[in-house]
Amino acid sequence: MSLLEIRDLEVSFNTPDGVVRAVRGLSFDLDRGKTLAIVGESGSGKSVSTQSLTGLSRGAHVTGSATFDGIDLLTADEHQLRGIRGARIGMIFQDPLSSLHPYYRVGWQIVEMIRAHDRSVSKRAARDRAAQLLSMVGIPHAKDRIGDFPHQFSGGMRQRVMIAMAMSVEPDLLIADEPTTALDVTVQAQVLAVMRKLQDEMGTAIILITHDLGVVAEMSDEIVVMYAGQVMERASRRDLFYRHHHPYTEGLLASLPAQGGKGTRLSPIKGTPPSSINPPDRCPFAPRCPYAFDKCWRENPLPRVVFGDPSHQSACWLSTDEATRREERARMVASKLSAEEPA
Amino acid sequence: MSIGTSDVAAAHEEVAGPVIEGRSPWALAFARLRRDKVAMLSLAIIIVIVVVALLAPLFSAITGHGPNEQYHTANALSPGGLPRGPSGEFWWGTDDLGRDVLVRTVYGARISLLVGVLATALTVAIGVVLGLTAGFLGGLVDTLLTRLIDVVLSVPFILVAVALVSITGPSLSITVLVIGFFSWASVARIVRGQVLSLREREFVEAARSLGSSDRRIMFVDILPNVLSQVIVYTTLLIPVVIVVQATLSFLGLGLPPPTADWGGMISEAQSYYTVAPWFIAFPGAALVITTLAFNLFGDGVADAFDPRTDRLISQ
Amino acid sequence: MTRTTTAEGQGNTGSDEPLLRLRGVKKHFPVQSSALIRGEQEYVHAVDGVDLDVRRGETLGLVGETGCGKSTLARCIARLYDLTEGTIELDGRDISTLSRREMRPLRREIQMIFQDPYGSLNPRRRVGSIIGEPFAIHDIGSRRERKKQVQELMELVGLNPEHYNRFPADFSGGQRQRIGAARALALKPKMLVCDEPVSALDVSIQAQLINLLADLQDELGLTYVFITHDLSVVRHISDRIAVMYLGKVMEVAPVEELFETSRHPYTRALLSALPLPDPDLADRREQIILVGDMPTPVHPPSGCRFHTRCPKAQPDCAEVVPPLEKAKDDDSADHLTACLYPMDPDERLSRARATVADSEIVADDSALGGVS
Repeated sequence: MSLLEIRDLEVSFNTPDGVVRAVRGLSFDLDRGKTLAIVGESGSGKSVSTQSLTGLSRGAHVTGSATFDGIDLLTADEHQLRGIRGARIGMIFQDPLSSLHPYYRVGWQIVEMIRAHDRSVSKRAARDRAAQLLSMVGIPHAKDRIGDFPHQFSGGMRQRVMIAMAMSVEPDLLIADEPTTALDVTVQAQVLAVMRKLQDEMGTAIILITHDLGVVAEMSDEIVVMYAGQVMERASRRDLFYRHHHPYTEGLLASLPAQGGKGTRLSPIKGTPPSSINPPDRCPFAPRCPYAFDKCWRENPLPRVVFGDPSHQSACWLSTDEATRREERARMVASKLSAEEPA
Repeated sequence: MSIGTSDVAAAHEEVAGPVIEGRSPWALAFARLRRDKVAMLSLAIIIVIVVVALLAPLFSAITGHGPNEQYHTANALSPGGLPRGPSGEFWWGTDDLGRDVLVRTVYGARISLLVGVLATALTVAIGVVLGLTAGFLGGLVDTLLTRLIDVVLSVPFILVAVALVSITGPSLSITVLVIGFFSWASVARIVRGQVLSLREREFVEAARSLGSSDRRIMFVDILPNVLSQVIVYTTLLIPVVIVVQATLSFLGLGLPPPTADWGGMISEAQSYYTVAPWFIAFPGAALVITTLAFNLFGDGVADAFDPRTDRLISQ
Repeated sequence: MTRTTTAEGQGNTGSDEPLLRLRGVKKHFPVQSSALIRGEQEYVHAVDGVDLDVRRGETLGLVGETGCGKSTLARCIARLYDLTEGTIELDGRDISTLSRREMRPLRREIQMIFQDPYGSLNPRRRVGSIIGEPFAIHDIGSRRERKKQVQELMELVGLNPEHYNRFPADFSGGQRQRIGAARALALKPKMLVCDEPVSALDVSIQAQLINLLADLQDELGLTYVFITHDLSVVRHISDRIAVMYLGKVMEVAPVEELFETSRHPYTRALLSALPLPDPDLADRREQIILVGDMPTPVHPPSGCRFHTRCPKAQPDCAEVVPPLEKAKDDDSADHLTACLYPMDPDERLSRARATVADSEIVADDSALGGVS
């Protein structure tokens, strides 16, 4: 059994404008010591999906199941959840100040964290552990900085303090929601290295939520691509980058400016993401998809196994067979070109 | 135009559908306000009060009683010289001098509203101009104006008012001036704070990079962005001013007698409230209802302008 | 496939004179200190001696991390800030000491696009009036002419001209950046200073805007100074790239030369930290993890500013300020490096050992010290 098993997770919110269907059918498994990346653009539902697991999405209507080590997080009572949140599932966010209290010394906060989950640890032991953790995440002179306040650290250092705090109780699962988005690249490299190192040492499973495909390529074992609250594609790292099936994945990768120098044109996805308020029952990507055909406008595809590889799923009506798919795409593009010709 | 650009143009993004004319933030706020039942009810009450105040002479004509006329008939005063309760002739009873409480309360509304509006307008005008100047220009100007604000806010207002009126004698204009002079500082402080943060926004930098002058940036770019706050503050300031005016009158610093105003009436009714409760009840109730209506309306305005609700209803 | 952009740039205009020439540009901000300590006034050395040329029709990318002074330099070029020292020449004319009034006519030549799609547009004004603002300020055209021009601009940047009367809140982030671009183009400038114009956008929208900026450059013959922290974006859009660290230019070179044979250890570290959206490349390359934080620009390190974090710093790095000059014979004339010990292409920085007294690497006792 996997550490975390998510099945058909749906999250919606009632707003004055209608029902926002933030997540529509998310399923995945995550094993210990592995990293699963959830990629998507703003509004894709990538953050909401994990917030609902830890009870952080207030006012949301959540269905489906999320089994963490045998406990369903969605039906667990508040008491059970409290024992899991923080202790067995750690969380780090884009803004470290959201989990560091500005008026307490960081050492004290880590000590409290450790002792809140295990009263048998002495204050002195917890303090030593805090210093050790800060040093592990690469904070120079950790022993001297344990008495500092969060504002005395730079952004990257603060991020590391937050990681140290989340990892202080050696959680089984770490949810990292855009942990490096606000950081510079060299600092990002430092922080990612810290996360990898802690994962190796403690065997933590990581859910990495990000919009940065570069970070995904460096960090993850498996990748879930989300769009408009739905899973578009789920694949292993190499498959997603080199053998993707879904046109949205293809569009995302083609939008990246890494390929050529000046003079080469990028091929962005046309248009903008749809609103998640009362979404129509069709493929959400159809309006922006270069290969969309009539079926895409009629029915919403569910993720299905593609290329004969059970670990690779794609929610797209294009053929799951590689050769047939290539023909279909060529045909769609040709028919679109001829349709535009007279105009 | 190159093929490339028209290509991008063709792929232009659609968000808000076929709407061509955007609704201004003001229109959005107004739409929200209209959905707020409490605010709308308060507004209706305010309108009624304003209409009644404007039509005060009509009340006088219907009852046949002038606001300052004293009646010494048996209907107006008891044989012992005490006020009479509500009756067919004096609907809200009479006061200690045999005057009609209804007519005087209605005329009193004129004073309260007039002072409320004039003094608030003066307060806001001074506060906005000085707050804007201090916040935008910064430096020495800001330091001086901020000190001035501190000084004004720490002056014991009532004491100075008492002293001032004892020199000049009570009048409408001195009441307005006194209130205006002592209230602008809080407005200025709010505006200055807003301007300080707006000044750092990129759109101000953008205006500067286009070659905009300071004055243009102040009035075209910054002022409209503080206006919603100012409007909210203004609607909440009116009831405060009305109460302050009543307080000054109550202390004998209002308009010279026999002019009818609520504070003065409440003050005169003090010694009679056990024998003639109507004498204090009607002007008191008028004061409470008016300030309550303005306050509830002001809360509604504040909610309507709250930027957090901006996007939700804009579709 | 390395294009010699220099020759191209000069060929187009037939003039060697750069459009913009920066010499010894410095911008220091006074530190807000408590009134009690009235000792020496301290300064943030945000930009501390920058020499750069920007040629006609080229895009100069300016990269660096938070606090390196790139945005301050952009605002100095657009004359939003007064310089502390140095000169900026536009078209051979010194604009560094012009007053705001004298600067006004020159605003037509240099315009700026800002980073924040939400903060850079006045939320209380209609889009038509935002884009038409430059005409109003410079008193150009009648009301009707202005409206026509604004609508042409909207079309140029890929916005629907019928949305003239909408408010910024009615548009998405990408569209707002187009509005910002239209406003900057209204006065037909020669040069656009773009301060992280795509950093706040999602990748697919970012790509749309990058294409737009490239099209506009081709069509209108614009010169760009493009500021970003994103190396992949800057690689795509620039002819030359200047790398900044703590207020100084560390290295400047034509794009491909910088990516293939960077000479400065900081450039090397920066390039190696860039996450590659390609698993095989990511697994293969050498990653240099720098130690510690960027030092404070209030008290920048002596000598080479990077020496405290440089994996191969030597004792003299702490004393001598390296000049920005051609580092090796086989570098092109456009490739300048400010380093006493410039690197060879196959040199491995992860095997280097710093031997400088105040190195963070030596002082660091953490488990993650050094480079991996």
